[in-house]
Amino acid sequence: MKFALLVFSNFKRHKLRTALTILSIAVAFILFGYLAAIRTAFAMGVDVAGADRLVVRHKVSIIQLLPKSYESDIERIAGVQQATSSTWFGGIYQDERNFFAQIAVQPDEYLDMFPEFVVPPDQREAWLKTKTGVVIGRGLANRFNFKIGDKLPLRGTIWRPADGDTWTFDVVGIYEGGKPETDTSQLFLRYDYLDEARPFAKGMVGWYHMKIDDPDRAAAIAQQVDETFANSPAETKTETEGAFMKAFADQVGDIGAIVTAILSAVFFTILLVAGNTMAQAVRERIGELGVLKAIGFTDLQMLALVLAESLIIAVIGGSLGLWIGALAVSAGDPTNGALPVFFLPGRDVALGAVAVILLGLVTGALPAVQAMRLNAVDALRRE
Amino acid sequence: MNRLTQIAALCAFNLRTLPSRKGSAAAAVFGIAGVVAVLVGVLSIGEGFEKAMTSAGSDDTAIVLRSGADSEMTSMLARSDADLMEEAPGVAMLNGKPLVSPELFVIVNLPKRSTGTDANVPMRGVEPVVFGVRDEVKIVEGRTFEWGRNEVIVGRGALSEFSGTDLGAELQFGQNKWTVVGVFEARGGLSESEIWADAAVLSPAYRRGNSFQTAVVRLASAGSFQQFKDALTADPRLNVKVVRETDYYAGQSRVLRLIITGLAAIVSGLMGLGALFGALNTMYTAVAARAREIATLEAIGFGSFAVMVSVLLEALVLALIGGVIGAAGAWIAFDGYRAATMNWQSFSQVAFAFDVNLRLVTFAIVYAMIIGLIGGFFPAIRAARMPVAAALRDR
Repeated sequence: MKFALLVFSNFKRHKLRTALTILSIAVAFILFGYLAAIRTAFAMGVDVAGADRLVVRHKVSIIQLLPKSYESDIERIAGVQQATSSTWFGGIYQDERNFFAQIAVQPDEYLDMFPEFVVPPDQREAWLKTKTGVVIGRGLANRFNFKIGDKLPLRGTIWRPADGDTWTFDVVGIYEGGKPETDTSQLFLRYDYLDEARPFAKGMVGWYHMKIDDPDRAAAIAQQVDETFANSPAETKTETEGAFMKAFADQVGDIGAIVTAILSAVFFTILLVAGNTMAQAVRERIGELGVLKAIGFTDLQMLALVLAESLIIAVIGGSLGLWIGALAVSAGDPTNGALPVFFLPGRDVALGAVAVILLGLVTGALPAVQAMRLNAVDALRRE
Repeated sequence: MNRLTQIAALCAFNLRTLPSRKGSAAAAVFGIAGVVAVLVGVLSIGEGFEKAMTSAGSDDTAIVLRSGADSEMTSMLARSDADLMEEAPGVAMLNGKPLVSPELFVIVNLPKRSTGTDANVPMRGVEPVVFGVRDEVKIVEGRTFEWGRNEVIVGRGALSEFSGTDLGAELQFGQNKWTVVGVFEARGGLSESEIWADAAVLSPAYRRGNSFQTAVVRLASAGSFQQFKDALTADPRLNVKVVRETDYYAGQSRVLRLIITGLAAIVSGLMGLGALFGALNTMYTAVAARAREIATLEAIGFGSFAVMVSVLLEALVLALIGGVIGAAGAWIAFDGYRAATMNWQSFSQVAFAFDVNLRLVTFAIVYAMIIGLIGGFFPAIRAARMPVAAALRDR
């Protein structure tokens, strides 16, 4: 108890300095929270890809279409449970800036394949009954304030209806993310409606998703799918959902690497500033520490005294920063909807907590060792 | 002594004694250097991307797309459309031929060199007239492809980003094989990320029939744009939209620019706050450590205003040093760093180089100076207000 009192009375010595140090550490960890969320957003769901799902696309590129007939061919392959198609719609809502993903799917099959898109049963029923119906993600609904029952006009770019250039859809459902990392920025429309209404490319789809029995056989099944369509006009490339998303995320660039570089720069900076302040706080008190030693404090106690001080500052500043960071992240993404998922993963909060402790230990280490090695006589004479 | 000489004397004195406060001064300098380096680094990504997107465009060039299309990817025009464009007013001529370049645009898969994962690489089918319209394109290695053969030339950016694009290599897309016969530059512009081939060979390989995606048109002058646009949009046989090339590329870089500026604002705002706390700490400590010295100065007749200015100036000098170190570090680390990212509008890769330019550096150093100014202001006031007698008595 006396020991704790001693540590706390040291904070009161320079209230302003203690406060500034705590605040600068807090700022570093707010930034940490933001960058963790941004990195997760740029990973594009690689972490959440289903291990038992594969993606089949045209070998030359994803924009090349595949025939609808491939679906039953894929489902005939041993080990494949189900296959279903996706087609990129690429419409514009009011302005090009309002970009969000729009995908034409077969409702029942698609929702069975992706249980992480959670649609209430009555809304799913309504979607099956409404050809012009679309189901949108919670994030998208919040972004543009869409509600069930709204008419949603999209200007066609790739696909245009037989007359004019604008499609009008009915919002019949809103899906929730089954996990925090589920992308809820998308819109799903019905493929049968698209195929009926577009004047060309009938019977063609963008790519396929398939579910397999045994994730360990993914490579063998992927090869078998590609062999099935080898030497046809539309050859395929099959890979796991994880690999598909990884390739996509890599296309966006080495954002992960850049973010890590920024993080390191920030920590280096904060470490230097905080470390210097701590060291200074100890240097100023050499005489006092000498007195403590003279009245019988052990080496270990001296070490603990100084380390406790830096740890407490780091923990107060760090938890304050992580807390504000989490609040700021949950308030929404800074690019106004350009990032499909934006949240602070629990893993990164844990990582942040470890970083807080490390920061406290590293900044305290040098002055603490100095204090421990202090010779009482020298210290007192120096005054 | 008048005020000015007092200030000058004190400032010189402060700066001379800086080395004795190495530790805390270095902390402030590096804190600010870190902010500036990160700020410049993040913004240089945006600058570089924009440079790649816009340096390709020129005012006297127009792009014609199908109306309703937002990018080359979703556009589609017929051969007859191009013939109509050639007759439109305002088109530049070269050797009696109108400079209208119909172009095919497809995407092919190639692995990225850095990660080995597949990327969407843009591939463009062109006709001989293209080298008249896009006169910034220069072959820098090898030769151009022979018309009618399965040969391609690759942009410098594509060469550095995607494997299998080396001179002499053979590329296979679907059932077609292509030989790389040349490498080209386009003043750092977007087309350097592309692979080019003869449209007449590419078109059947992709079953495009007699259609293509866009037409790039060189105008007689920048001023003829309106005339050309009006002629095309008034023509009932055409259903097209005409965009100035510079506007087209500016629109294409919008999404990434939005992400980068949002990111930069948050990162630099927060880091600036962190550095401000650091600077405040340093300067308060400096003032506290020199309390006696400052009191002595005031006792022998230096004015408190001079004391204040000298503290402020010290903070500014530290910020300037930090800013210059940070900017130099960012310039060494980031300038020219080559990367590729997704152009969301055309769903394909853009290779670009990070660009640290003077405007960016100036902006960052000014930012650092503002941090220094605020970081020095409050401690300066404290120094000026210090009660002389109490400070002298204090041990």
